[in-house]
Amino acid sequence: MTGPTPAAVVLDGVSKCFGNKQVLSGVSLSVPRGEAVCLLGRSGTGKSVTLRLMIGLIKPDAGDIFISGYNISRLEGKELSRARCKIGFLFQSAALFDSYTLYDNLALPLRRLTEKTNSEVKEIVDRALGQVGLAGDKQKLPGALSGGMRKRAGLARALVLEPDVLLVDEPSSGLDRITASEIDDLLLEQKTLHQTTMVIVTHDVHGARRVGDRFAVLDKGNLIALGKPEELENHENETVRNLVGAK
Amino acid sequence: MPEFGKHIGLVRKRHERTIGGALKEFLQFIGNITLFGIRVIVSVFRRPLEFGEIWMQMEDMGVRSLPLVCSSGLALGVVMTLHTRSTLVAFGATALIPRVQSLSFFVEIGPLVAALLVAGRVGAGIGAVVANLRVTEQIDAIEVLSVDSFKYLVVPRVIACVIVLPLLVVFMDACGLVGGFLSEYAVSHLPPQLFLERAFQGVEWSNFVPPTLKTAVFGFIIGTVSSYYGYTMNEGTQGVGKAATNSVVTCSLLVILADVILVKVIFLLFPGSAV
Repeated sequence: MTGPTPAAVVLDGVSKCFGNKQVLSGVSLSVPRGEAVCLLGRSGTGKSVTLRLMIGLIKPDAGDIFISGYNISRLEGKELSRARCKIGFLFQSAALFDSYTLYDNLALPLRRLTEKTNSEVKEIVDRALGQVGLAGDKQKLPGALSGGMRKRAGLARALVLEPDVLLVDEPSSGLDRITASEIDDLLLEQKTLHQTTMVIVTHDVHGARRVGDRFAVLDKGNLIALGKPEELENHENETVRNLVGAK
Repeated sequence: MPEFGKHIGLVRKRHERTIGGALKEFLQFIGNITLFGIRVIVSVFRRPLEFGEIWMQMEDMGVRSLPLVCSSGLALGVVMTLHTRSTLVAFGATALIPRVQSLSFFVEIGPLVAALLVAGRVGAGIGAVVANLRVTEQIDAIEVLSVDSFKYLVVPRVIACVIVLPLLVVFMDACGLVGGFLSEYAVSHLPPQLFLERAFQGVEWSNFVPPTLKTAVFGFIIGTVSSYYGYTMNEGTQGVGKAATNSVVTCSLLVILADVILVKVIFLLFPGSAV
């Protein structure tokens, strides 16, 4: 019998406001290593803000955020950069560098943050693009790709440094059901094969049920429910039931 | 009557608040852009220096600005000669046309016009591109990949502007002289050798080098101000256009203001350059 897995992601009483608007109020959440937690909630409830806080793009007004042992909320400069090497981030828009080819998009972090030779970088990038089915498109610019392909390329870039934690913002946004399902397959594969811890912000309950081990529901900046999907189906809060209910 | 007085009081208060607000905003802008400029200078001395990016930006700014700068120089050269000829003919001093042409281009027209053209083409480009990177979350993506986005995006653009602008001025001066010669040749059939001889007669290095090098400062202003508008933009897609427009307007204005100061500084440091 194994003991409890140490948490890869810990949010401890995190609060954030923009001007007068309180976006998050004392949110606490713990995600064990290898688990995928899906953050659900209505638009404007602070889901994407939570992800941006986790990667250190914005700082919380109160509380601490630990990712792979690093207190992200207190780090700056080089220390923050070092911590970010352990975190992959898939943006809603994929945010690929539009003046770079797919190959260069993936090679950039390897060239900047590792001591790998050009041939090693090429091998890693080719493998990463192959895993997401874009091996033949590496010389294309992001503008020449479809939404699904861009998302897959964004995922490959997020995973190229083999992060411990993957943060995903709306993986299915703007995609048809089949393409969204392909992205879910890739996330599932990553979780199963590499035990990558994931926090996924999504509105797609169907996809969330496939990839997520637990759901966390945010409402008006508060974490109102946390648990397995089947546990939350009969939750006392109507918003939770509505968000989780649809299979 | 008391109501009217109250109304006047309110209007005055609102007016004062508007002026106060605008002044505060202006001072904030000056402070922010100064800090941004200092951050650029400090970042230049921190490793790694992005040689690849600098080279790419120099190519983009320099090579692609060359047709605009050269054609403008050529046209201005022609126009300048036409104007000076019509005046100097009255004094029987047409032999001075090449010298007037070279001095006016070397000392002021070349540096200032090239800087204003670059402020328009490159300044707008930097403002729009960097703002677009902000809107499309590409700057966030760079940060997430543990790369210093300021050093990666802003510093190479500023360095490229500083290096490229003096080089473009040299092209502008040369094209201005060619334009002047063509115009003069069409009227008086002055041989090119004689035109050049007269053009450089009495022209000293201090008439050419300091005014050309002062454009490095213009380059710094253009690179810094336009990057500032792009990098700090937070108004969505609408802000991209706004960043481009603000970049051009502010860069042009600051270049002209800086020119006034730099001309005075050059006169102090190189008294011989005062023609």
